[in-house]
Amino acid sequence: MAAAQMPPQVIKRHALLTRVTHWINVVCLTVLLMTGAQIFNAHPMLHWGQFGADFDQRLFAMHFPNWATIPGRQDLASGRLWHFFFAWLFVINGLVYLAYGFLSGHFRRDFLPTGHQLRHIGQSVWEHIRLKFPKGEEAKSYNVLQKFAYIGIIIVLPLMLLTGLTMSPGVDTAVPLLLDVFGGRQSARTLHFIFAWMVVGFVIIHLVAILAAGPINEIRSMITGRWVVEPEETER
Amino acid sequence: MSAILTRRAALIGAAGASGLLLSGCDQLNRSPSFRRVLATAERLNLKSQRLIMGDQKLAREFTAADLSPIFKANGSVNPASDEYRRLRDGAFADWRLKVYGLVSHPLSLSLDELKALPSRTQITRHDCVEGWSAIGQWTGTPLHLLVQSAGLLPQARYLVFHCADNLGGPGPGGLYYETIDLTDAAHPQTILAYAMNGQPLAVAHGAPLRLRLERQLGYKMAKYVMGIEAVDSYANIGKGNGGFWEDHGGYAWYAGI
Repeated sequence: MAAAQMPPQVIKRHALLTRVTHWINVVCLTVLLMTGAQIFNAHPMLHWGQFGADFDQRLFAMHFPNWATIPGRQDLASGRLWHFFFAWLFVINGLVYLAYGFLSGHFRRDFLPTGHQLRHIGQSVWEHIRLKFPKGEEAKSYNVLQKFAYIGIIIVLPLMLLTGLTMSPGVDTAVPLLLDVFGGRQSARTLHFIFAWMVVGFVIIHLVAILAAGPINEIRSMITGRWVVEPEETER
Repeated sequence: MSAILTRRAALIGAAGASGLLLSGCDQLNRSPSFRRVLATAERLNLKSQRLIMGDQKLAREFTAADLSPIFKANGSVNPASDEYRRLRDGAFADWRLKVYGLVSHPLSLSLDELKALPSRTQITRHDCVEGWSAIGQWTGTPLHLLVQSAGLLPQARYLVFHCADNLGGPGPGGLYYETIDLTDAAHPQTILAYAMNGQPLAVAHGAPLRLRLERQLGYKMAKYVMGIEAVDSYANIGKGNGGFWEDHGGYAWYAGI
């Protein structure tokens, strides 16, 4: 039997706006990735440059299985219908989140690594490899690797949007600079594909970290905002 | 023990959730009211793109050095109708472009008469809805010249391009057609092209005449154009969605993305 313990400390981890935009984003990204796979399958290869078709400037070919696409069978028109609706929702939701993050000081306060964290980054890497996460006081702020992951995804998601827009002949007419920045419509399509896999990679790491850190506490904190601080293990 | 159970439960849960997600999405995809909600994005695409590009801004034009070595042809590549074969075998000498409908002066023009009008040549990128692109050089008659000489009646809102190819099978219901609005019809790069890369337009690319609509996707650019009809609405043409692929595949009428 354990000796009498202090009641666990409960803190407010996530603001309401963060929680709402997070779950809208989960829905949007799930649909966007799976309808994106559907759209990709209509021309299941990638090219580099301003143009590319079949063997012109071809880089790579693959095909997504039906279980990874929305809708489940080959249906480019429906894939596009879903993709553009959820893209608009993703953009509006993302703008609300970014405006909140910058204006409230959330990004500056919680995402910028401290000097101390940067000096001890090696130790953080070693702890993460062993899926050992900080406890107690240190756990109340984000870990340095966690901060880099969040900053990274905040950069990759707008790049997803911009490379997506570069595939639009209408947007290219309005903002031809996009073609120069990304190297052409086919390069933008290839980059859109690469960034999509980076998002998938982020999600996998994110889910593994949640499972390792205690999924019930972590998921609850993103629903109710309340998060239980695990006490530091004391030497006996 | 409990860790294994949790992991197994998580795996079963994840598989179940993804199965539900997929079948749920497929059910939603078949719901007309859900599709109507999704289609609000098409209106947003049209309104926002028109807002940022304006009515007259040109799509990027490339140089001869940028031309694709192979220009892929999609959709119909050799129409099978007797009428088209007869015209093709006669080098389109008997072909006429008819401009009719809500116009004050209906037109009937031979290929030579079209070629005698002022022309525009442009090297542009062609984007297929499937995702590929090709760069080609196009020469043709600016559509706004024909629209002006035909004289649109005030109630005209759209132009219908009636084509010779039966992509949807034999009979009038299978004929390819497309519609564009008057904003796109007035755009300087909207041309009726009779030449590609300095050669007469090949059959695979829509001989004798195809539409070039450089700020939208390829399926809007009707090939084998036989007639242009000015209408006030496309609700009573085909299945009422404004084009062949709009009717048969559920593709968006506005194809700027």
